[in-house]
Amino acid sequence: MVKSNHMERYEQFPHTADIGVRVYGKDMKELFENAAFAMFDIIADLQGIDAPITKNFTLDAPDHEQLLVVWLDELLYNFYTKSIIFSRFEVKELTDGCIKATASGRPVGENRNRLKTEIKAATYHGLKIEKTDSGYKVEIVFDI
Amino acid sequence: MSMWQGELERIDAFRWRIPKGYKAGMRVDGVIYADEEMVKDIRSDRAPEQVANVAFLPGIVKHSLAMPDIHWGYGFPIGGVAATDIDSGGVVSPGGVGFDINCGVRLIKTNLKEGDVRPKLKDLVYALYNDIPAGVGSKGDIRISGAEERKLLVDGARWVVDHGYGRQEDLEYTEDHGAIKGADPDAVSARAYERGKNQSGTLGSGNHFIEVQAIDEIYEKETADIFGLEAGQVTIMIHSGSRGLGYQICDEYSKDMIQCLSKYGINVPDRQLASAPVNSPEGKAYLGAMKCAANYAWANRQCLMHLTRSAFEKVFNMGPKDLGMDLVYDVAHNIAKVERHTVDGKEKTLCVHRKGATRAFPPGHPELPARYRKTGQPVIIPGDMGRNSYLLTGTEGAKETFYSTCHGAGRLMSRSAAISACRGRSISRELETKGIMVMSSSRDTLAEEAPEAYKDVNEVVGVVDGAGISKRVCRMRPLGVIKG
Repeated sequence: MVKSNHMERYEQFPHTADIGVRVYGKDMKELFENAAFAMFDIIADLQGIDAPITKNFTLDAPDHEQLLVVWLDELLYNFYTKSIIFSRFEVKELTDGCIKATASGRPVGENRNRLKTEIKAATYHGLKIEKTDSGYKVEIVFDI
Repeated sequence: MSMWQGELERIDAFRWRIPKGYKAGMRVDGVIYADEEMVKDIRSDRAPEQVANVAFLPGIVKHSLAMPDIHWGYGFPIGGVAATDIDSGGVVSPGGVGFDINCGVRLIKTNLKEGDVRPKLKDLVYALYNDIPAGVGSKGDIRISGAEERKLLVDGARWVVDHGYGRQEDLEYTEDHGAIKGADPDAVSARAYERGKNQSGTLGSGNHFIEVQAIDEIYEKETADIFGLEAGQVTIMIHSGSRGLGYQICDEYSKDMIQCLSKYGINVPDRQLASAPVNSPEGKAYLGAMKCAANYAWANRQCLMHLTRSAFEKVFNMGPKDLGMDLVYDVAHNIAKVERHTVDGKEKTLCVHRKGATRAFPPGHPELPARYRKTGQPVIIPGDMGRNSYLLTGTEGAKETFYSTCHGAGRLMSRSAAISACRGRSISRELETKGIMVMSSSRDTLAEEAPEAYKDVNEVVGVVDGAGISKRVCRMRPLGVIKG
């Protein structure tokens, strides 16, 4: 364990080339929210940033693991093309193949100096959502 | 990280085998190029397991290979080479190319000597830093309309040169003349276009850089003469790739190809190795899109070279002719190529994946520019920002690697470990005491990219030279570096 963040929502684990995160959630919804938070916490300094813009997402995929990557990559696509730093996430509905969620954030604009790391994508490498005593966990490798 | 405990048999001083029997499902042996000392580092992450996993790919021939700069990636290891036989159901895997399609590097020479640059180094590094967009989410000044972008994806660096950002001869000294044939703009999604739109002429972040360097050692004088290089001469390296366009293409096709695993009965131990037969509709579509991203990357490095030339002209108040900033060569090191190779005495059409590996054609190869026919292909190996970089050439000995070699120093430490190791230190000041001026848009980037986070490129190059899969021509030392 290298670095804990924000009350054990996630921690980074060592990966030689890229960034690995171990994400926790008391349920699957929270796991998806915390995974999104972990990704943007790596991209930008989220300390004290507000989130006046909210976007809705409805996404589907064949299973939970693929859905997690689809969700993260959708947010990444929105970050790069709409220039929004997302920091708050709420998963409204989550079934085997579908997620309905909102993400709130602030335009990059005058917050450019908050940007830290360019994440290219979330990968499927070793991706497996696991049940734990207190909920769920998953390890995700981001290509940076 | 725990040590990798799998089987690794020593073949000779520079080659190690992971036998096919190590894991049920491997179709061929794994072969890693390394010396005894390096093997300890190589065992320290999960890269060898990834070499074994790649050996599962349908149609793979000879070996699943790894160059001495091997390290843990996702799916394929970084430094991995795998060739599949297209006519025997061989597959193509987007994970075998990576997100940064045609990440690569070009080497530019100048008529300047180290003594000319030293007094103006600060001005030069500032000028490059100011004029070349870099960092997370950076946007380029070279703007392209939607219709023109489709043309750029087909014409690659030629589009850029035709629009006034370079010279015709730049194309001759670029792998595939800066545009691989068969690019299919219809295989590129609207989203990929959108992510690529504003990023032409941007460096990117992470390990991408522009480095001003001086040649400090010549190993092959005759070859160096043909390249027009001598000791003390100033050269420039540019390392960048296909930016958001390539990332989005890899992302979308990796997802689609997970479905191909059951459709085509492909058994791989990691979803990031998702693949499809080269001759399937999915395989063809991916290659059509991948080629677009490859061409975008060549166009991008051409834009970056144009911006670099302009910055030099401004700082030295000299014209292009006097500066002599000619392109030595440009290589891709994240790409899949359809090539003809001899396997067990038979000529075959292979899909060669090079992920963090460089093509290294031998002397006499018909695809080389006439001037390099005798020398073999120039191979450009950037090291870390504190030590050295190299120029090598391809050799006939690289037949066993489908004419492939290493691509860089290879990471040794994770980024978080590098940041911890550099806490409380100023990497830029440390490099300054060594006469190297570094600028980056991010302080963290400098720590992540600290020299100690990398293997020593001198050792990596020692292995490929020792194993006979490429040959040292000259070595460079950094003077000034711009990091994303």
